[in-house]
Amino acid sequence: MSRQFTPKVVTANALIEGDVIYLTADDRWTRHHHEAELIEDHAHAQLRLLFAERQKSTVVGAYLADARRGRDGPEPVHFRETFRAVGPSNYPHGKQAGLIDVQI
Amino acid sequence: MYRYDDFDAAFIRARNAQFRAQVERRIDGSLTEDEFKPLRLMNGLYLQLHAYMLRVAIPYGTLNGARMRQLAYIAERWDKGYGHFTTRQNIQFNWPKLRDVPDMLDALAEVEMHAIQTSGNTIRNVTADHFAGAAADEIEDPRPVAELLRQWSTDHPEFQFLPRKFKIAVTGSPNDRAVTKAHDIGLRMVRDAAGAPGFEVIVGGGLGRTPMIGKVIRDFLPKADLLPYVEAIVSVYNLLGRRDNKYKARIKITVHEHGAEKIRALVEERFAQLRPQFSGVDQARLAGIEAHFAPPDFVSGPTDAYATERDTNPAFRSWSDTNLAPHRNPDYAIATISLKAHGGTPGDATAEQMRVMADLAERYAHDELRISHEQNVVLPHVHKSDLPAVYAALAKAGLATANIGLISDIIACPGMDYCALATARSIPVAQEIATRFGELRTEHDIGPLKIKISGCINACGHHHVGHIGILGLDRAGVENYQITLGGDGTETAAIGERAGPGFAYDEITPAIERLITGYLDLRSGPEETFIETYRRLGAAPFKAALYPESTRRNAA
Repeated sequence: MSRQFTPKVVTANALIEGDVIYLTADDRWTRHHHEAELIEDHAHAQLRLLFAERQKSTVVGAYLADARRGRDGPEPVHFRETFRAVGPSNYPHGKQAGLIDVQI
Repeated sequence: MYRYDDFDAAFIRARNAQFRAQVERRIDGSLTEDEFKPLRLMNGLYLQLHAYMLRVAIPYGTLNGARMRQLAYIAERWDKGYGHFTTRQNIQFNWPKLRDVPDMLDALAEVEMHAIQTSGNTIRNVTADHFAGAAADEIEDPRPVAELLRQWSTDHPEFQFLPRKFKIAVTGSPNDRAVTKAHDIGLRMVRDAAGAPGFEVIVGGGLGRTPMIGKVIRDFLPKADLLPYVEAIVSVYNLLGRRDNKYKARIKITVHEHGAEKIRALVEERFAQLRPQFSGVDQARLAGIEAHFAPPDFVSGPTDAYATERDTNPAFRSWSDTNLAPHRNPDYAIATISLKAHGGTPGDATAEQMRVMADLAERYAHDELRISHEQNVVLPHVHKSDLPAVYAALAKAGLATANIGLISDIIACPGMDYCALATARSIPVAQEIATRFGELRTEHDIGPLKIKISGCINACGHHHVGHIGILGLDRAGVENYQITLGGDGTETAAIGERAGPGFAYDEITPAIERLITGYLDLRSGPEETFIETYRRLGAAPFKAALYPESTRRNAA
């Protein structure tokens, strides 16, 4: 029996701004973790990652990050992904500064 | 201070133009990230956790007012209004946009600065004693030699693809403030029997996952032999260093695996070949550089204002007790500006604070500033009569924290708040410890104590050489902090010893507090520092203070 698949989101950094971004189910990139597509099987995850990696002139360093279903959409599992989704803890910079969703 | 000649200026201009074109080609899709990444790293541009980060070299930690003011301008124009000074005497901007970076590099070039070789497997920014040219205990200002090394190593064709990065530190004083024993090459100025200055050459030091204290491979190297000798070391390493395993590629592993004796023999052999090829051009160049570092015209005048202010202003007295160091001119002092306000981010300065420091340097410090590896800023030449005015200006800008060398003067790497390599946060740990001891108001009683925090095993926060080192790790998806004790980054360098099991994020400040309470009980008197007590008694009583429960269990 195969191992239980941990749900994933596809995440990367935006080429120009460097911002943390997530792939949505309708092929957009969002700045908000909860708007990401929660991917629940391995084969689909690989396809979505390939889709992301092909966008060489808009995103950098795409990878699959563990996530779980939350009330408002996917939530990060690991604390590193939580920090990426929010911003640094010493200043109110990054996403917590209230970046609006921008499509790239 | 060294000023660029036509060659330097043209070189930087050409490099910046190349990089501008490379950024354009990346944005228009002609370059892939795989192609672009090594190019951006050659120019100090990283992609970190939340954004790009531009690392700018501050050669041997020396700035003047104009350069500091330009850093402030860059911070405001293209970043979020602040900069982060690092343990390698660099400044990092945490939020640049890719499109803006070429303009930032051009702005740096206007004040003769760059970001070349602040990344990659090359010879990095040469660091030096931050009191260079001012310290009372100094044999000679080491910065001309550091500048010579910078010029020689910048774009050196043989050394652009070393097995791994390569860091050189140089000090002109017997008291080592440049952590020379934890560098790939450490150069410590000494005199020979006839009194001529030269260098003790230390090789193979380093921190990271395999911390090593460097080995002396030459007790005395005449100054004139420096460049061929350093070139011999790097060329031996370039051929012998491992390229099969990134974690075994630093010269410390090469020295460890082959032994200092073999490395010495190979270096001497290579040196014998190289020495005749150095015709003396390097020495002519060095003489020219030395002229740039002529001491300022020190003024003489009464210093009564300093004594009077100390007698009448307790806050000034406290600041002058901790933040001043002896200058080679008895009428002067070296003033360290703390970037460690209690609760602040270690090493950060706002654009406004940078401008205040630039103004003070120009007005009161012969237009010189230094960045220390301990992430503070130094006004190296302040006439004592000007100290009250300097202090008042610093206090107004939130820069007069009186804590140099004390428990809240903490080194911390950016950690997981910014760094893509980090395994845990460092900055908030430093903030919490400093805030706590600030509230307790005990740090002056505790006395000299160095806490150094790294957010991963790469040890940018120098935790191995902290009297108390803190290493943040990821343990099964949770931040966990290991404590090391007894480290020392000076001429009596030592690697700290791990105290025991790690602590959770919310347990680390209470753990440090127990450790300090333990030390205060253990010390023979207020004069005995933390590290002295540790050396006298060993780790056991400190571990007992850290882990009271296991001590109780063992006693039961």
